[in-house]
Amino acid sequence: MSSGLFYAILGCALFALGLAATLLLREALRRVLAFNVMGSGGFLVFVGLAQRDGVVDPVPQAMVLTGIVVAVAATALALALLRRLEQTDAHEP
Amino acid sequence: MNADLVFDLVLGAGLLWSAAGALLGRDRYGAVILFIVFGLLMTLAWVRLAAPDIALAEAAIGAGLTGALLLDALGGDSAGTAQRGASRWLLLPLAGAIAILLAGALRGLPAPSGELREAVSAALAHSGVSHPVTAVLLNFRGYDTLLEVSVLLAALLGVLGAARDARPARLSAAPLLQAATRVLVPFMLLTAGYLLWAGAHRPGGAFQAAAVLAAGAVLLALVGMLGGWTRPALRTRLAIAAGPAVFLLVAAPSFERTLLLQLPPQHAGRLILLIEAALTLSLGFILAGLFLALLRGDTAGDGQA
Amino acid sequence: MLDVASATLMLLGAGFFLAGTVGLLRFPDIYSRLHALTKADNLGVGCIAVALALQADGLAAGLKLLLVWPLVLLASATVSYAIAERARALGVPLDGGAPDDAP
Repeated sequence: MSSGLFYAILGCALFALGLAATLLLREALRRVLAFNVMGSGGFLVFVGLAQRDGVVDPVPQAMVLTGIVVAVAATALALALLRRLEQTDAHEP
Repeated sequence: MNADLVFDLVLGAGLLWSAAGALLGRDRYGAVILFIVFGLLMTLAWVRLAAPDIALAEAAIGAGLTGALLLDALGGDSAGTAQRGASRWLLLPLAGAIAILLAGALRGLPAPSGELREAVSAALAHSGVSHPVTAVLLNFRGYDTLLEVSVLLAALLGVLGAARDARPARLSAAPLLQAATRVLVPFMLLTAGYLLWAGAHRPGGAFQAAAVLAAGAVLLALVGMLGGWTRPALRTRLAIAAGPAVFLLVAAPSFERTLLLQLPPQHAGRLILLIEAALTLSLGFILAGLFLALLRGDTAGDGQA
Repeated sequence: MLDVASATLMLLGAGFFLAGTVGLLRFPDIYSRLHALTKADNLGVGCIAVALALQADGLAAGLKLLLVWPLVLLASATVSYAIAERARALGVPLDGGAPDDAP
């Protein structure tokens, strides 16, 4: 098994773990963590599959680089919205 | 079993263990720390996949910045609420079933065709840079990068709008700290500049340089030398807008030819450097802003790190 | 020979990082966590920097790698001082103490 295929399968496992956790966990913070784990799993599948014959492929690498930065922006926005939610709940009668 | 496979197996086990610990552990603080560990192990996985650009970005942005955001979001409450019984026991079997389905689908795929790889190698000489990932990011798929910067800008606007605590983000204004910062920040600027320039012919580039720049901006803000994140000043706004603006300006001439962002080969190297410099500035401020605008200035909890 | 030294140093560095992370997870309050984090992680970075510098291609690359260590030391000292000072100003207690017991 090439290392690319190994990491693609590992990525599947991480994606599945993250998906199940996003669906089933209750705390909002854990769901944000789970979403990030899902994202990382997806990135591993992306690059791992493209490189499963062992040759480096720059196109999925560039896309994953973009994906990581967008994921952090989404996480920041999610945390900001969560905080507004907490504050709104706190002010509720 | 050769040494590579052993390393991969151990790394894979570490990744799964830290992810499970982050998601299923009882204590929220421990969960965030394990998530940071997960991010750093992912960095090693990227190195194994021969993707040093991704490894740099994952370490700085994925593990570092995201970890800092999450630690700040913990606030004062670090005890977790335990999962209810039924759904907790459902999680691992469900995850296992999905994983088996996905992995099974992978086995049936034909061998990769390598077309894109060859197309990139063939066109690399005309792209203006010699590092393929940078060429793809800034030239062949420049449109994606332009949209990505716009998405980040939108996220920053959302964060500035949603997090309306007007307290300035400052840890401590001790003179010793400011002196040490005055030594550190020039090194950070130098490193960012080097990463930016090096991106043309070796792993590096705008995103990695922006991460270092963001760290410098966060450090300055935390010791009280750079303020005003909830109401950004004009200079900050200009800096943030510079990246997308320059990118659009470079893209504009190609509108008339109806092929977006086609860089003329004789100028491509210089144009890419220009775009990357503006992007580094913008992304650095955006990433720093995402963190600083969220920082709770008034945490009176048990002071998580 | 060089490889053996590098490998030993890397393992040592990894061990320091592991110890630092365990401390980060298990220590009860922010001051002891910062203590574990900065001490152990800085040693870990130092060991790994030297291990990699031994494997570097030339003098310039090796020196660049070694430069990482003092920079990390300075950065982590600065930031941990800022964090600890802020925690003290907020009145964060030492482990188990009431909020007035802040040092």
